[in-house]
Amino acid sequence: MSTSLREPTLTGSLPASTASADGHSRRKPRRALTTGAKYAVLVTVTALFFAPIAYMLIGSFKPSDEVLDGLGGFLPVDLSFDNYLGVITRFDSPATGYFANFYLTSAIVAVVVVGGGLVVNSMAAYALARLRWRGRNSVLMLVIILVILPFEAIAVPLYYLMNDYRNTYFVQFIPFVASAFSIFLFYTFFIGLPAEIQESARLDGAGPWRVFWQIVVPMSKPVFASVTILSFLAAWSSFLFPVMMIDQPQYRPLPLEIAVFKAQPPTDWGQIFAFGVLLVIPVVIVFLLFQRWFIQSVASSAMKG
Amino acid sequence: MVLSAPTNQRRRPAVRFGYDNAAGVLFSLPAVLLLIGFVVVPFIMAFVLSMQIVRLDAARPPIWVGLEQYRRILFDPDFSPIFWRSLLNNLTFALIVVPVQTALAVALAVLLNQKLRGIAFFRTFFFLPVVFPMALVAVVWTLIFSRDSLGLLNGFLSWISFGAIPPQDWLGNPALALISIAIMSIWAGVGFQMVIVLAGLQEIPPELYEAASIDKASKWQQFLHVTLPGLRNTLVFVIMITTIFSLRLFDQVYIMTSGGPDDSTTTVMYQAVTSAFVENNVGRGSAMTVIFVLIIIAITLIQRRILRQDTQIS
Repeated sequence: MSTSLREPTLTGSLPASTASADGHSRRKPRRALTTGAKYAVLVTVTALFFAPIAYMLIGSFKPSDEVLDGLGGFLPVDLSFDNYLGVITRFDSPATGYFANFYLTSAIVAVVVVGGGLVVNSMAAYALARLRWRGRNSVLMLVIILVILPFEAIAVPLYYLMNDYRNTYFVQFIPFVASAFSIFLFYTFFIGLPAEIQESARLDGAGPWRVFWQIVVPMSKPVFASVTILSFLAAWSSFLFPVMMIDQPQYRPLPLEIAVFKAQPPTDWGQIFAFGVLLVIPVVIVFLLFQRWFIQSVASSAMKG
Repeated sequence: MVLSAPTNQRRRPAVRFGYDNAAGVLFSLPAVLLLIGFVVVPFIMAFVLSMQIVRLDAARPPIWVGLEQYRRILFDPDFSPIFWRSLLNNLTFALIVVPVQTALAVALAVLLNQKLRGIAFFRTFFFLPVVFPMALVAVVWTLIFSRDSLGLLNGFLSWISFGAIPPQDWLGNPALALISIAIMSIWAGVGFQMVIVLAGLQEIPPELYEAASIDKASKWQQFLHVTLPGLRNTLVFVIMITTIFSLRLFDQVYIMTSGGPDDSTTTVMYQAVTSAFVENNVGRGSAMTVIFVLIIIAITLIQRRILRQDTQIS
């Protein structure tokens, strides 16, 4: 809707919209009481909401038979790194795959999808937003139509068409490099940039290539950050297509492997949770470091969609 | 005037349509080729394949059967019940998830929009599940939903009700399995919606609340008459993406229940994928895909219409 990348103020001070900054409760004790009640509600709701993650975290350090133990699963007793060592050593042959391979697959897919995607999608978006060429309107139309098409709509025919590339890295990243959604995010950002600097640079003899890389890209860090975050999340979570295309352990990405691991009897829940923690750690670290960007990019992508 | 005249003349070529023909094509070519090769062609192939009987690695060439695949999945008593069941499951799932998740997202957003010290810290927790891959969430919740008293959810419900609520077989009971998957999906997705609603809340001009306060409107009245109308477009958007998300349901079902028990959790995508992948019936899977796409398009058009009506009114 709005093309400006308005920061949805998620840290620090907020406009007092629904908060009680209305001067109703001037007497201090009552305000202290309501503040206390508010915190009590917040802490309770947050604790309930966080429970599944805490359960996984605590369980990953506990012996398997103590994980499945009702509320006892939360008790931090008998903690050790055994599950982590176990999960790394149990994958020790080509038949099981190696732990490092799962990580490598996910990393390769994420790097190519994010890196390749930033280049091709931003360039296409720049051509659509700022260059004047025949076919621009048709391509823009195509992008807008493709934005609403989820991957599920093409999974089955793609499975048929890419049969020769089963069990490769290639098949896992190539359908996701170009993304109509990323192009759309870049496009709305570039449209909002002041055109004067670009125009004057071109009058000074700079070609579109130089204008894009030396002027537009440095001005567009927020949208590059947003697209990086959103495409990294999607690439790291990729599941449906690997399910269809990958059956050799060597090429399994982490999310597919945890599903395979969980389905193998006897289920060792402690190790499965340790696997889960190792799987999610990269995204959580990136999330905690760039939290403001994360939340902002999700909110702004939604506002634009 | 004299000074600007030459600039205008120099500028004119830059404005001419077709000035950047070569650059425009070259800049967009990599993305356009990839989009055509890996999105447009497969999308068209979905329609083509849906009119054939076609198998992978089959000795026989594909057979053209026209609309036969559609007739089978929609009307043939041998194949249609499972497909209608999957459509019904998607609909049920959407009817649970969309209202509950939206209401929760609004409640959480209002809760977390308060002016309190450390509120950003609390927001972190609610957004965290959004970065978790759905496969991992499904694996963790499979254990939470364990059927006997050792299951975490059963343990919690028993504790909070002083033993009044008996252990449930959350994923094994046909009456509960889809609801359980819905609960988990709400947990995983509500943070995403909350962030969007939070951004929407902050777009509402504070003056409206001031005016409402002067008119002695209660907090609840302010919520009904200022907050909700102010969130209208945000909510239309949120409801639409959650509806589409409900139709895409696959990962959770694949990991937690494989569509069971008694097909109570099978979905359109799960049927499309298993038709193609397990039964090696690419034609039928493609026909289901096409129906899926038609439903997505219908929802998108409805949403556009609602939003357009809104802009006409205001």
